[in-house]
Amino acid sequence: MNAPEKPRSKTKFDTVGKARRRVDGRAKAIGQLKFADDLSLPRMLHCKLLRSPHPHAEILSIDASRAEARPGVHLVLTGEAFPVPYGIMPVSQDEHALARGKVRFVGDPVAAVIAIDEHTAIEALGLIDVKYRALPTVGSPEEGLANPEPRIHDYGEQGNIHRNQSYEFGDVEDALAKSAHVFEDVFFYEGNTHLPMEQQASLASIEGDGKLLLQTSTQNPHYLHRQLARVLQMPAARIRVIATPNGGGFGGKCDPGNHEFVVAKAALALGRPVKVCLTREEVFYQHRGRHPVLMKFRTGVGKDGRVTAMHLQTLLDGGAYGSHGPASTFYTGVLTPVTYELPRFKFEACRVFTNKPACGPKRGHGTPQPRFGQEVQLDKIAGKLGLDPAELRLSMVTKPDSLTASWLRVGSTGLAECIRKVVEMSDWKARRGRLGPGRGLGLACSTYMCGAGVSIYWNKMPHSAVQLLLDRSGQVTVYCGATELGQGSDDVLACLVAEALGIDPGWVRCVTGDTGITPIDLGSYSSRVTIMMGNAALQAAGRVRDQLAAAVAEMLNTLPDRVLFSHDRVFAADNPGNTLTFVEAIALAEAKFGTIAAVGSYAPPKAPGKYKGAGVGPSPAYSFSACVVETEVDPVTGWVTVPKIWIAHDIGRALNPVLARGQVIGGVYMGLSEALMEEQVFRRLPPKLSGALVHRNPSMLEYKSLTSLDMPEVEVALVEEPDPNCPYGAKEVGQGPLLPVMPALANAIHDAVGVRIDEIPITPDKVLRALEKKAKGETPRVGPEAYPQVPYPKPTFVLPPWEGGDGNELKRDAASAVV
Amino acid sequence: MKRVRLTLRVNGEEQEVLFHSYKTLLEVLREELGLTGTKHGCELGECGACAVLVDGEPVLSCLELAVRCEGRDVQTVEGLANGTELHPLQAAFADHGGSQCGYCTAGMLMTAKALLDKEPSPSRERIREALSGNICRCTGYQQIWESVEAAAKAMREGKA
Repeated sequence: MNAPEKPRSKTKFDTVGKARRRVDGRAKAIGQLKFADDLSLPRMLHCKLLRSPHPHAEILSIDASRAEARPGVHLVLTGEAFPVPYGIMPVSQDEHALARGKVRFVGDPVAAVIAIDEHTAIEALGLIDVKYRALPTVGSPEEGLANPEPRIHDYGEQGNIHRNQSYEFGDVEDALAKSAHVFEDVFFYEGNTHLPMEQQASLASIEGDGKLLLQTSTQNPHYLHRQLARVLQMPAARIRVIATPNGGGFGGKCDPGNHEFVVAKAALALGRPVKVCLTREEVFYQHRGRHPVLMKFRTGVGKDGRVTAMHLQTLLDGGAYGSHGPASTFYTGVLTPVTYELPRFKFEACRVFTNKPACGPKRGHGTPQPRFGQEVQLDKIAGKLGLDPAELRLSMVTKPDSLTASWLRVGSTGLAECIRKVVEMSDWKARRGRLGPGRGLGLACSTYMCGAGVSIYWNKMPHSAVQLLLDRSGQVTVYCGATELGQGSDDVLACLVAEALGIDPGWVRCVTGDTGITPIDLGSYSSRVTIMMGNAALQAAGRVRDQLAAAVAEMLNTLPDRVLFSHDRVFAADNPGNTLTFVEAIALAEAKFGTIAAVGSYAPPKAPGKYKGAGVGPSPAYSFSACVVETEVDPVTGWVTVPKIWIAHDIGRALNPVLARGQVIGGVYMGLSEALMEEQVFRRLPPKLSGALVHRNPSMLEYKSLTSLDMPEVEVALVEEPDPNCPYGAKEVGQGPLLPVMPALANAIHDAVGVRIDEIPITPDKVLRALEKKAKGETPRVGPEAYPQVPYPKPTFVLPPWEGGDGNELKRDAASAVV
Repeated sequence: MKRVRLTLRVNGEEQEVLFHSYKTLLEVLREELGLTGTKHGCELGECGACAVLVDGEPVLSCLELAVRCEGRDVQTVEGLANGTELHPLQAAFADHGGSQCGYCTAGMLMTAKALLDKEPSPSRERIREALSGNICRCTGYQQIWESVEAAAKAMREGKA
């Protein structure tokens, strides 16, 4: 008996779970897909940006007259043209498209030349005369704390502190005092950058109807659209943003970029198309990558090793602008309690402005740093107490549908299964500690959100919307503002619509990432697309399906809710011989109801936490990962080789296993690359050369990343624990699998040679230094030695659910009375 | 600035092009001939995204002056398919996850083609080595190796 299936609860699939060529696979393989810099228009002009050579300086004057006079130059813009500031977050509107009054890092854009070709524009940049007065610079958060003046910005908590916050969920000191052991560790995670293969490019033009069109490599066309309207002081409805297919993003194309405003403004001023493409060096300055974070963990455990309480402190090097910083600051702690049961938790975080390119969201956004510390510390705890690190973790994984001390709702979880899988695949029990000299295994786990529960700007509207249009030709067109970064969002969209309508995904035409045509989706960040766009798509598809079923039921001699959709046909459930083609079904429906179309939308469920700040961390679902890394350490050179990595990822359900596996391996790659070598670092030039704080390696040659020769084989297990909040149960896979790799590597190095590198990246010099310390009988550890005094505020105190809390802040006096 | 006029043979077709003599092969392909399938990631010879074949050898087109390519045989990703039939490498990259964002794909495909043209059955080690100058930030390379292996197999079987 075939029960009629509602899309969400469907369990037998035509398309979902089948390995398929992705819908954009052919266009990519033949070189036909147009990225932003592949676009070109008649009469197109080219733009180049003049960037500051000073890390911190007042702009005394700008004389652009010689540049303006140069033949071929059409326009020179400076900060005067951009009085309105912007910023991705409403609380950090601290950027101008071109600097006004001062510059804050080497590379800060100061002026722009729009010329007949790039060559002319570059020459004209050299003709712009800018007079600066250098200001003292802040090179690190510690320097920023010690030097409140001069301030890099005239807003923020105080001095050069951008954000400063403290939360306590249950009395942590009390719990630590009652713990059998308290472990205290300080870790450092160096900053690194996304390094997408595609350099950012944008093409602005005026369409025939007089509206502004910006075609650009962006992950978030909707947020960019809002910011353009604000900065250009134009109605948003007169601006259209098309997110071109991105040649990788990884978070680096989430923030609106200076160049995007500049070409938009120039096209409006000149009435001609204007294009810009950043050089690779400029991409390093645009940055918005991983924050360098110093962390201190004080963790109490019982005799059995189970964690009783944790006090986590973080200090973030924010760089010169706010960017996503307010969110990043939260993310250095809020997901910490999701993997293991943590009865009490205190989290303090501080982000400091420095005179370096702004940090922001990179794959894992703020969470890889504390996850590294937490998972390495757990390894130390297991070692100290003589426990198997895998067993210790298994003994305290969070339960499905439980709440954390901080009031996050953990939905489905396959973490225990992930741990068991990697233990089995790597032969952990037989091999750990027994691989012989210089070789070792390390294990670590992680979790990630399936979309941020709250929009970047506060509103009650849907986070994603989809429009579906069918016609008698059989064409199914799906419109959604989601953007394709390479992660496969178009394929997810086609797959879900095809599955719901029982048709081949090849029938579905995806129109995405175009604010002039597509309904709003907030963008490709926080691993939100599969879940939010997917749920919106299933709602729209369900509505279309209902119309088709109602139209064909009579002809199939059945009831509408007994109509099945499969293999490009519609059937009567009780008599599968009664059948029509999908195209015939559309024609019948079009005759009966008129044009067949539907919309769907999605907003995440309300989070249980009610305290101020509870909006960061909640998600409709969480993915989980466990990873085992094998290492070989050369004791003479300190060189670390990784022959093999095993990873299990709880994806809920893999919609297209080829893509899902690709996302997992790609995440492992990026994690291993930053664990071993990637670092966005700076140095001060000698005083006679200006003393400026400059990027040490702004090129692909010197910014090291793993090549095809360095990358080990990765064995992937997809754990499918369908989540009821997700489309057909599918959770995220774009970010989660990166997260356990760095701590698993550090733990493997300890297993191999008995030294602790409490710092990322783990480079050969650090390994050698630790080995030397070990040989001398010193503590065999390399990492930060101390944690500075940070003026964290008095914590917001919230009682955990199991201590009688209701999710609201408890004033401390009342808290004392309760405790 | 002086422009040069010369004839390039690209994907088997002779084309007369007029361009500034300082332009690289990459710039002439993309900007003068509209062949934007070849990408750029650094323009300094560091990333491999712009690899094309010149006389069958992989060349970083961002480092090659176009004027040096007169009379030589230039092959780009646009010339890889046979009409509507994808080259086995293209089909394998599309089917096996060898291409995620697609930006490094053209360079990978052309470099892999040079390898398979010389060595129809390369080991995984040889594939890794041949592609070690092409950076990919999405895939972690594994599905690229698998794609090249699948293509090699298809090509061997196609010839058999």
